[in-house]
Amino acid sequence: MPLSMERYGAFVTNNPIKVIVASLLVAVIALLGAQNLRLTNDYRYFFTKENPYLTAFQELERTYSSPDTLLFVYQPKDGSKAVSREALNLAYDLTEGGWQIPYSTRVDSITNFQNTRAIGEDDLEVRSLLDDPATLDDTQMQYIEQTIVNEPLLIGRLLSHDRHTASVLMSMRPPVDDVVANNQIISEARSLLAAMRAKYPNIRIELTGSQMLSNAFSEAAQNDLATLTPLMFALITVVLIVTTRKIAGTLASMLVVTLSAAAAMGSAGWLGIPISPPASSAPTIILTVAVADCVHILISALVSRGQGMDKKQAIIESLKINTQPVFLTSVTTAIGLFSLNFSDSPPYRDLGTIAGVGALYAWFFAMTIFPALLSLLPMKASNVVDRQSRMMSWIAEKVISRRKPLLIGMVAVTVFGIAMLPRLTFNDRFVDYFDARMDFRVASDWASDNLTGIYILNYSMESGEAGAIANPEYLATLDKFAGWLRTQPEVKHVASFADVIKRINRSMNGDRENFYAVPTSRDMGAQYLLLYEMSLPYGLDLNDQLNVDKSASRLIVTLRNLGTQEMTSLRARSLSWLKANAPEEMWVDASGQAVMFAFIGERNLRSMVFGTFIAFVLISACLMLALRSLRLGLISLIPNMAPPAAAMGFFAIFQNEVGFWTAFVSATAIGLIVDATVHILSKYRYARIDLQYSSVNAVRYSFATVGTALWVSSLILIIGFLVLTHSPFLINVMLGLVVALTIFVALILDFLLLPPLLIAVDSRGEDPSEGDVAMSQPAE
Amino acid sequence: MSLSLKNKFGALVATFALSTALSSPVLAGLDGLPGTEQPEARGLAIAQASDATNLGYGDTRTEMEMILTNANGDVSERRLRFNTLENKNPDDGDWSMMIFDEPRDVAGTAMLTYAHILDADEQWMYLPALKRVKRISSVNKSGPFMGSEFAFEDFSSQEVGKYSYKWVRDEACGERTCHVTERRPLYKHSGYTRMISWTDTTDYQVRKIVYYDRKNTLLKTLTFDDYRQYEDKYWRAHELFMQNHVTDKTTMLRWDDYEFSTGLTAQDFNQNSLKRTR
Repeated sequence: MPLSMERYGAFVTNNPIKVIVASLLVAVIALLGAQNLRLTNDYRYFFTKENPYLTAFQELERTYSSPDTLLFVYQPKDGSKAVSREALNLAYDLTEGGWQIPYSTRVDSITNFQNTRAIGEDDLEVRSLLDDPATLDDTQMQYIEQTIVNEPLLIGRLLSHDRHTASVLMSMRPPVDDVVANNQIISEARSLLAAMRAKYPNIRIELTGSQMLSNAFSEAAQNDLATLTPLMFALITVVLIVTTRKIAGTLASMLVVTLSAAAAMGSAGWLGIPISPPASSAPTIILTVAVADCVHILISALVSRGQGMDKKQAIIESLKINTQPVFLTSVTTAIGLFSLNFSDSPPYRDLGTIAGVGALYAWFFAMTIFPALLSLLPMKASNVVDRQSRMMSWIAEKVISRRKPLLIGMVAVTVFGIAMLPRLTFNDRFVDYFDARMDFRVASDWASDNLTGIYILNYSMESGEAGAIANPEYLATLDKFAGWLRTQPEVKHVASFADVIKRINRSMNGDRENFYAVPTSRDMGAQYLLLYEMSLPYGLDLNDQLNVDKSASRLIVTLRNLGTQEMTSLRARSLSWLKANAPEEMWVDASGQAVMFAFIGERNLRSMVFGTFIAFVLISACLMLALRSLRLGLISLIPNMAPPAAAMGFFAIFQNEVGFWTAFVSATAIGLIVDATVHILSKYRYARIDLQYSSVNAVRYSFATVGTALWVSSLILIIGFLVLTHSPFLINVMLGLVVALTIFVALILDFLLLPPLLIAVDSRGEDPSEGDVAMSQPAE
Repeated sequence: MSLSLKNKFGALVATFALSTALSSPVLAGLDGLPGTEQPEARGLAIAQASDATNLGYGDTRTEMEMILTNANGDVSERRLRFNTLENKNPDDGDWSMMIFDEPRDVAGTAMLTYAHILDADEQWMYLPALKRVKRISSVNKSGPFMGSEFAFEDFSSQEVGKYSYKWVRDEACGERTCHVTERRPLYKHSGYTRMISWTDTTDYQVRKIVYYDRKNTLLKTLTFDDYRQYEDKYWRAHELFMQNHVTDKTTMLRWDDYEFSTGLTAQDFNQNSLKRTR
């Protein structure tokens, strides 16, 4: 290997232009794929086809109507009621406007509510609560307010109990996976919002709904690509210049990291991978990973140059000593990232694939265009690197002299961290994925505080046979279940078909209150329903609540913003209520976006535990092969396994509720932290076997040769992942933060635990006093 | 060889002449309709010609079944009897009586409709469970009929005065040639902005209608099949298939054989007769 690398190094330094052109060609071909890149703006993309919660959700969608929504919520600013003349005009305008938004299939508001009214004994009137705002008089306004307040289908959903906040709900059905259609909806909805805000300056109007959730995902992704990637770029440049004091080397490194990120994104285009918020953090991660490769090669070359070699020789020497570790670290990094493909959430599979491919591109460019460029650019010896080497030697001496207390102390701290792990619990709330910089978060929180939210449970309540939803027993049970749900603290509103039929029954009987009950026979219920359905206008039918053969109805439960624990508890309580009070066919579980997101963490953790284990086994196998030592391989397990666990444990001290990002921390970090171990152990082994050093001197040697490169590359990794904390997408923020913490813990353990550990287990038969012998005098 | 060349030339001339005849505004009047330079008049004339084929039918009795399918593939059926009486007043709509047979729980329910052209229809319904006739006061005809993809306005009596018309083009429709006309509902509470209809140029029966919703986007397509002629004059389609493009739900509506001149009179289309049906 060294000989062939010497020849390769000579070729690169003698033919730099050829190498540059060839590698640029590779980059351009990869980059051409970028024209296929598209952003995904469908929250469904976070779930696989095998996800039972998604399957249940899609079944619901096919059986009833699309559960996707736009929700306009409004409140007069002067504290007047949301049923004032002005507010009713707004409701009317929003309703009309809603019908004009592309792909809207239904608009529900307090103005177009299909009110039933008995006129005399035998006339039934079915009409919108407000047909024409121009003719609105005080009597009618009073009637409208009274009707809404007494109607369980409206109060608490389209008008708040305090009557100050109201909403207009639009059901949307865009074509699946059609980004253009979704963008069209958003832009039309926003222009309606702007128009209404301009026309009604005295009313606060906000826009949320699951369509806006989808859009928030794609906006967060765009934001990350547009702001985090350049920020990362700038930071890397600063760190490189400060630590190497070399403009030329910094420029060459920047070119390599840029090409790696660009080629990886281009390859994502070739592979047809859509860009979601998690995938949009891939370029930042690639920049981080790629720069580590350059740092190792650059610093080695600078060290050799400092030792008096000429530029070409220094580059060849650097390639010789770095080829194996850089290749190994790239492969292990890629394995770790690729293992994200075990995730149950496709955006994280994409992140793994893109970043993993990027790590491989980084290796390729670091071995080709990077040395070629270095050989063309000026390179003087640097005393900065030299000074840093001396600092490393000083640290090495301190570590060696205090190895016993360090060993005990570090083990204790690590064990303590790991012991904190059981504190962690999952709590995924999808609104909280976005920070207050995003309109969606502000609007959703405000809507939820004042009226209604977008956490919705759907129960498809089976009646057992076609048409049996009109059975009095079924309706009574449904009504009782709805009543029970309304007493639950998490529940804001329940829309039940029983309320529809009770209202019709009352109107069929002269609007007498004592008939506000379920009809007494199935035939009567079915006939009322037939009559009522015949009188409804387009888009306000019951097809969103009843299935095609009328064997089931959909119960829609609106919740306040719930986390995983509360969701689990509510579902369990509902199911046990049904088991105690309802026939078996009604023992159904809830579905909906809220359920899908509530359990995204658990499902991903389960799949990622396995995925991370596989990555771990593969990475450890790579290490053992490369180090050609089972013992060193086994020792490497400790500094590789401990940091993710300990870091998560330390995190748990401060915050024990975590989101589904936790599932990806280990897989993302493992490939990165293993790099440091690879560098230390390969130098250590070289010193022990090739140079026949004692374990203590081998530790000194490895500190001196790779210490600087290690802390510089770890620093860059930490900065890189901290950059992700500026994302408005909380999952990226937390993943970045905890991976950075993991890398920091790993760096500490590599410097303070690994050396004492090596000396402790690898020095049997050596003279214990040897630790005091200076490194310049080889052992034996 | 010269012969085949001559034939080809002849075919070319014939094709040219035919296409000119079909597309030329001057010659288009040959089909007895206003020329293509007057698309509104031509569209109206097509509708009137279509309406004329049904003039004087008197009364009919038939039955129908509807097969509803949702996007999930779930199927459900409805059956009803349908009696109509032609309204001799050309400015008003026909009278109809529907008697529901299936699902079983609505069996015996009957609905009487006096269709009007630009005003809301008058409707009464007899509910056997309640043993009462209820008058329904509603402007709505656009909602789903019995949960199907048909709105009441889609298959209730199609009077000429319900729409404004504009001829668009003539084109092949399957093995036939059709007049393609755009209709815009004049009824304020219609669920549509417009429809495009394909009317056969020879028998003036509608073969296809495409519906556009209130935001003028494609909503549904209705195709008419299995036309049969009664009394050597009146055409009735027996298979109507409605495809909703937004929800992917479909409804197949099958009419049984029609009986004409069955002796139904106005006496069979009033509130008292509602209770007598069965």
